[in-house]
Amino acid sequence: MAIGKGPEVVTTYDAKTPLMRREEVIADPLARLERMMEIRHAEQKIRELHEEGLAWGSTHSCDGQEAVAVGIAAAVAPTDHVVGAHRGHGLGLALGLTPEQLLGETLGRSVGAVEGLGGSPHLVETSVGLVFTVTLMGAGIPIAAGLALAAEVQGSGRVAVAVFGDGSVNIGAFHEGLNLASLWKLPAVFVIENNHYGEFSRYDRTTAVEPLARRAEAYDLPWELVDGQDVDAVIAAVGAAVERARVGEGPTLLELRTYRYFGHSRSDRAPYRPEGELEAWRARDPIRILGERLEAVGMVDADALAEIDERCRERIEAAAAHALASPVADPGAMFRHVYPEPNR
Amino acid sequence: MARLRMNQAIGAALADAMAEDPTVVVFGEDVAAAGGVFKTSVGLLERFGPERVRDTPISEMAIVGTAVGAAMGGLRPVAEIMFADFFGVALDQVVTQGALVHYLTRGAVTVPMVIRSSVGAGRGFAATHSRTVEEWFLSAPGLKLVEVSGARTAYGLLRAAVREEGPVVVLEPRALYGTREEFEPGDDAVIPLGVAEVRREGADATVVAVGQTVGIASEAIERLDASIELIDLLTLRPWDVETVLASVARTGRLALVEEHPFTGGWGPEVASRVGQELFGELTSPILRITAPDVPVPFTRDLEFRYLPTAEYVAAQLGRWLETDTLPSPWWERIGEEV
Ligand SMILES: Cc1ncc(C[n+]2csc(CCOP(=O)(O)OP(=O)(O)O)c2C)c(N)n1
Ligand SMILES: [Mg+2]
Repeated sequence: MAIGKGPEVVTTYDAKTPLMRREEVIADPLARLERMMEIRHAEQKIRELHEEGLAWGSTHSCDGQEAVAVGIAAAVAPTDHVVGAHRGHGLGLALGLTPEQLLGETLGRSVGAVEGLGGSPHLVETSVGLVFTVTLMGAGIPIAAGLALAAEVQGSGRVAVAVFGDGSVNIGAFHEGLNLASLWKLPAVFVIENNHYGEFSRYDRTTAVEPLARRAEAYDLPWELVDGQDVDAVIAAVGAAVERARVGEGPTLLELRTYRYFGHSRSDRAPYRPEGELEAWRARDPIRILGERLEAVGMVDADALAEIDERCRERIEAAAAHALASPVADPGAMFRHVYPEPNR
Repeated sequence: MARLRMNQAIGAALADAMAEDPTVVVFGEDVAAAGGVFKTSVGLLERFGPERVRDTPISEMAIVGTAVGAAMGGLRPVAEIMFADFFGVALDQVVTQGALVHYLTRGAVTVPMVIRSSVGAGRGFAATHSRTVEEWFLSAPGLKLVEVSGARTAYGLLRAAVREEGPVVVLEPRALYGTREEFEPGDDAVIPLGVAEVRREGADATVVAVGQTVGIASEAIERLDASIELIDLLTLRPWDVETVLASVARTGRLALVEEHPFTGGWGPEVASRVGQELFGELTSPILRITAPDVPVPFTRDLEFRYLPTAEYVAAQLGRWLETDTLPSPWWERIGEEV
């Protein structure tokens, strides 16, 4: 066959590496606010690119859920392992993925996180621990248990985190994965990102248990229901669960309550929402909550907030322009990495 | 005559089956209140009520397993697995349970269930939501496997599948849900399982296609100046050996247009059977036009490179007919001038 290994794809990052971006989020509340704004702008831009016919394929926006993503990123070490799910633009950016990698993947360009071969539901950036993103519901749960097993056997001190939706708690992988992780007391954290809907169905119409995290009791795991609109509450809960895992006390199941502002995917106008639900959640917007908190302690004022917002907008615009000017992977790319190179 | 999109034709088949037989029930993820993510069950909940039309949790194993049990208990469930790739988490219930109940009860219990699912690339759903996975079912004794190619065949085969006494998996190319076809729904439109359709007649070569490659092959043939017979296989297990052999015996040439990767799938099955039965009567090697042996790429240019397009199929068929030798697939010519 005429297909060789081919050149490694050179990725042009933002001036900051993913790790630098991640360290900011861990260290600085203002950086967390900025990252949440960046995520919001990225989602807005991705919608525009689709509307303009420049992007194609399936995509899932997380507007309204930014505090979940950024809170997890701040509470988990960059050396820990995270397995995300399809609605992962926010988690990716929060963990450190650059806007170029996200926009590039969305636009199917070789500068994308996985060379444009996976699409925006498949973000990965191993330098900050985002080792895989699954698009079959619940699949990441036993995988995280396995990553935690590896950490335990190797004594690496690493923790593995699976992030998945409210719709992903009724599949075998959830139950089998949680039971095994509990039985083996693995250093894992399981995070249900309850945005109230799995596709077009409200979570309480598809699950017999309320709150969802109470499922943990069946597997003898600690659990907590958390305000997912408050980034500090997310950091506290995820941080405590990570700590428990790290000191050998086993896994925790967390349910972060949040809300999806837009439809499941592009074509969904969300006609199934009860009247007033969206407005009630928008009144608890995670960006506003953190902005007001930082304003109250004098860390920012209205001008500074506007400035940060504008900076995020520009960064996303620049990333989109860069991605649009970048090439699509060559056909040989689809043959590379199907199998790993032998290492002996 | 009705001019229906394929998703509407499926909805019509479900409605007609439910009207014909009160034991037919429909369930799956978002099939009831929302009418299905591909709008294949619009209006069924309103017409037949929540007892017979149900939304399920995201629980594929429970969906298929419940269909198996409901069928054993006397209903005729038509369950939906939204993307065929999701059969991966439910395969036990399809091939190791549902398909074997009749055999392992020595005929005492039957499983008249239908599992419908969408398949195929071409919509930007990438590696985990784009496969056709026929091979998962082809080696399952006890199971029948059907793949529709448009509104008319979707209606006709689904109606027939619901009337079967054993389990049937019906695959629906999702790229075709929005395409329209004119036909008259009703009993006369029912298409029996196990029978292929000759879509156009020809003398120089036989082309067999399945699902969305039927349309692709048809378009390719139109671009060529040759007399080519096109067969739409429709049922993949058990497939219509007789029709295919009779055609190839006449034309002396067989080409297969397959959406799935080169390795596995229905194509090798048909090729090997024809090779065995008609060895010596073939005037050229059997040509298989397939996708390469890789995951389905996301980015649009590569997705439509991956899929056999009409242009590519026409080029391969043209070279093959001209030379009576096998043209190499595109992926063996990367970097060369085409
Ligand atoms: C096993 C499986 N079944 C069904 C689907 C189709 N699907 C994709 S996203 C989705 C909803 C998931 O809901 P949830 O877990 O709450 O995540 P959200 O989309 O809200 O982030 C469904 C049903 C899938 N990807 N995998
Ligand atoms: Mg959800």
